[in-house]
Amino acid sequence: MSKPVNQKAWLLVVPVFICVAFSAILPLMTVVNYSVQDIISPTQHVFVGTEWFRAIINDDDLRGALGRQIIFSACVLLFEIPLGVGLALAMPASGWRASASLVVLAMPLLIPWNVVGTIWQIFGRPDIGLLGYALNRAGIEYNYTASPAAAWITVLVMDIWHWTPLVALLCYAGLRAIPDAFYQAAEIDGASRFAVFRYIELPKMRGVLMIAVLLRFMDSFMIYTEPFVLTGGGPGDSTTFLSQYLTQKAVGQFDLGPAAAFSLIYFLIILLLCFILYNWMERVGKGGPATAATTLPGTEVSAEALTPVDTGDAHAR
Amino acid sequence: MRDNRWMRVVVLTVYILFALIPLYWMLSISLRTNEETMSAFAIWPHQVTFDNYKVIFTDPSWYWGYLNSIIYVLMNTVMSVLVALPAAYAFSRYRFLGDKHMFFWLLTNRMTPPAVFLLPFFQLYSSVGLMDTYIAVALAHMLFNVPLAVWILEGFMSGVPREIDETAYIDGYTFPAFFVKIFLPLIKSGVGVTAFFCFMFSWVELLLARTLTTVNAKPIAAVMTRTVSAAGMDWGVLSAAGVLTIVPGALVIYFVRNYIAKGFAMGRV
Amino acid sequence: MARIEFQNLAHAYAPNPATLDDYALQPMNMVWEDGGAYALLGPSGCGKSTLLNIVSGLVKPSEGKVLFNGRDITAMSARERNIAQVFQFPVIYDTMSVFDNLAFPLRNRKLPARDVNQRVHEVAEILDMTRELQRKANNLSADAKQKISLGRGLVRKDVAAILFDEPLTVIDPHMKWVLRRQLKKIHQQLKLTLIYVTHDQVEALTFADEVVVMTNGLVVQKGGPEALFLRPDHAFVGYFIGSPGMNLCPVDLDADGLKIGTQHLQLDPHTLDALKRANGTLTLGIRPEFVRVVDESQSGAVKAHVLRVQQLGNYQLVTAQCDGHVFRAKVEPHLRVGEGAVWLKLAVPETVFFSNDERIAR
Repeated sequence: MSKPVNQKAWLLVVPVFICVAFSAILPLMTVVNYSVQDIISPTQHVFVGTEWFRAIINDDDLRGALGRQIIFSACVLLFEIPLGVGLALAMPASGWRASASLVVLAMPLLIPWNVVGTIWQIFGRPDIGLLGYALNRAGIEYNYTASPAAAWITVLVMDIWHWTPLVALLCYAGLRAIPDAFYQAAEIDGASRFAVFRYIELPKMRGVLMIAVLLRFMDSFMIYTEPFVLTGGGPGDSTTFLSQYLTQKAVGQFDLGPAAAFSLIYFLIILLLCFILYNWMERVGKGGPATAATTLPGTEVSAEALTPVDTGDAHAR
Repeated sequence: MRDNRWMRVVVLTVYILFALIPLYWMLSISLRTNEETMSAFAIWPHQVTFDNYKVIFTDPSWYWGYLNSIIYVLMNTVMSVLVALPAAYAFSRYRFLGDKHMFFWLLTNRMTPPAVFLLPFFQLYSSVGLMDTYIAVALAHMLFNVPLAVWILEGFMSGVPREIDETAYIDGYTFPAFFVKIFLPLIKSGVGVTAFFCFMFSWVELLLARTLTTVNAKPIAAVMTRTVSAAGMDWGVLSAAGVLTIVPGALVIYFVRNYIAKGFAMGRV
Repeated sequence: MARIEFQNLAHAYAPNPATLDDYALQPMNMVWEDGGAYALLGPSGCGKSTLLNIVSGLVKPSEGKVLFNGRDITAMSARERNIAQVFQFPVIYDTMSVFDNLAFPLRNRKLPARDVNQRVHEVAEILDMTRELQRKANNLSADAKQKISLGRGLVRKDVAAILFDEPLTVIDPHMKWVLRRQLKKIHQQLKLTLIYVTHDQVEALTFADEVVVMTNGLVVQKGGPEALFLRPDHAFVGYFIGSPGMNLCPVDLDADGLKIGTQHLQLDPHTLDALKRANGTLTLGIRPEFVRVVDESQSGAVKAHVLRVQQLGNYQLVTAQCDGHVFRAKVEPHLRVGEGAVWLKLAVPETVFFSNDERIAR
């Protein structure tokens, strides 16, 4: 099942290319430009070559922040992906309950990120926060401003609360794209519920899962506002992740040159890791865009099935 | 498939509680005065007050903030999805020079925090005279929304086998008719979820929106950063604003619910 | 293998159907003999897929009973009924190999590995897919995938019936012929009860021993291809079967024959009597194959004006108009048909008459 070559398809891509290039390439060029200069004043630029890059790479604190970041992103993926998949499977496929679930699911995503941090602040405070107060009353010592472990867990739980709906929504959409006939065939074949998940649902969610994993990885790797508002990076630097660290160093000193250099390095780290992740997932799943259409949020539906088939009351999924 | 119904109910209930409790707390704080909030812990507000909401509804910069956000976010959503649909179709159905690279390049636009683009965007949009306009923010947000839209749509489109396209052409459909009447309905859950995500990511994006606007198009999120004053954090107003920011997005997902979920299934015999 | 029976079977989506229109499937009784090959033929939306799903157990009928070999299985689930269904598009487990796909139903029933192995090989042999057994099912063509779908049904020795829901929809036109032949061969070999849903009459008439024609939730006729062609019980059958379908023309009785518009059509007395006894709107039906185009007025012919003559290889299709009613006739390729007026002989033995769309027996 290979795709035909058609160079005219570029025409369909041109609008996207223009929009994104306008937004991306020009600014990017500026960033690259600044990263190799020392901008002493708006009119005085001195070319310094790789000086900023070398300074960053040799920075020990960077390694600490990078390490914390990697652990954080790993935890995020570890929790949010299975949770999101489980949620998507648990949600009803239609009816008012589905609508209600979708709305509840959407709510945490819609709150501006600084407000998310603020809410969790006032939620987690041991003196006046619902969570903090309740935990301490129950005998658990909990103070996210004092204890690094508590801070970490709070930031993690906050992220899970905030972002699992994204994974769940993607997986849910992917599940709804599976035609009924697959479930019917599995019923006829006598498949167990787990077999249906393993052989039908999971393979057909490969596409959305890949998107979810990469998205969550990228976004968690760049996370800034929520932990910054919640813990300010503390206690100490225990919850100072990469973007906050770099922002501190660069913006704090309000120096455009190093800032640009940091941005580039940051970008390259994410690029590299995503590239690896992407290729690994593509090989494992044999899914992936711009390749022969294999399974992805997979349907093989006929042109006549313009509306979903109603098989009456046969399936409550 | 019926015997695990209790498990699904348990999972859903637990999750809904988990999701709603912090939201309840936010609502609760929004209904208290700051003094009450800061003084001692209480599950319910002692005295329910709507003052925080009054502040928002009576202060023009507050409600204009909402309106501004809604306008440019809707603009962005529509533009992003429209531009992404043909591109996703091209990536899904054809091979062409540089397609794999182009696709990955699109993703890379999401791999940098928008903060990186702050200064260059500022310079760019100032120079073309688009500062403080809705279109500026809508365009700027396309930076990260268009790649996402293309990515998600491509995935769903690739799940529809090409035999459908071919059968439609044999049956005499023109490409536009095929795309609108046959293809789009088959990927409607993908379209629904894409539209919602574009809305959501644009709605919460604060940095770029704040940088590119001064007065006329100032978004709600930017207005909310004014809640920190010499007297300390205005928890009440901030929470109220937080509650209110949920409303437009909740409406959006309610409207696209039938695209995402199965909706009413009609019999096809 | 099973003999399937419907007793007062009907299906309505709404809870309390008042009129016949409320039914998706109008009440019916029917028998499908063990080992028979049946087709369910009808246009989109007529209820044939619903009927199929009722047989397979994916839909529970709102009224009536379904019996397999005399046993009431209406309440049984699809899995318990032991049927197999092939859908409009290939439904396969794409992470598995062809072998594992075929083995899946057997493994779910906990059959020992050796039996599974043997049975899978048997079925692969029947389907001519032995060479593909170790390949990943996902990489095959659409027709191969449909064969796998079919194979999952065949692999269970005691399968009651195999149901097909327009299975050739996404298959290449040339592969359709190959698959149809294979299906017929399998039927002859295994003597299974097969029910095949389609909207394509060619498929139905070539595949099945008996065709059930449906429209708007109503079964209008069940019979062999010849019966459907020559003696349609319902005007719809006349219209739907045949390419082009039967000419249908409303007529009125007059003294010794019929009136088509202003034209008079002479009929024999026996037929005339039968028509006179019928109450209801009368329709004349004659297949293009049986309309005779003649040069001059004859008894039983009407005058018509030729609209168009199409050369279609081994016959010509003449479209002519008689007082506002259009008739089509298939004639010999060498017959010279003039542009102007002709006479169409309509009162021939093969002509059928309908009263309120139901055939008048004579």
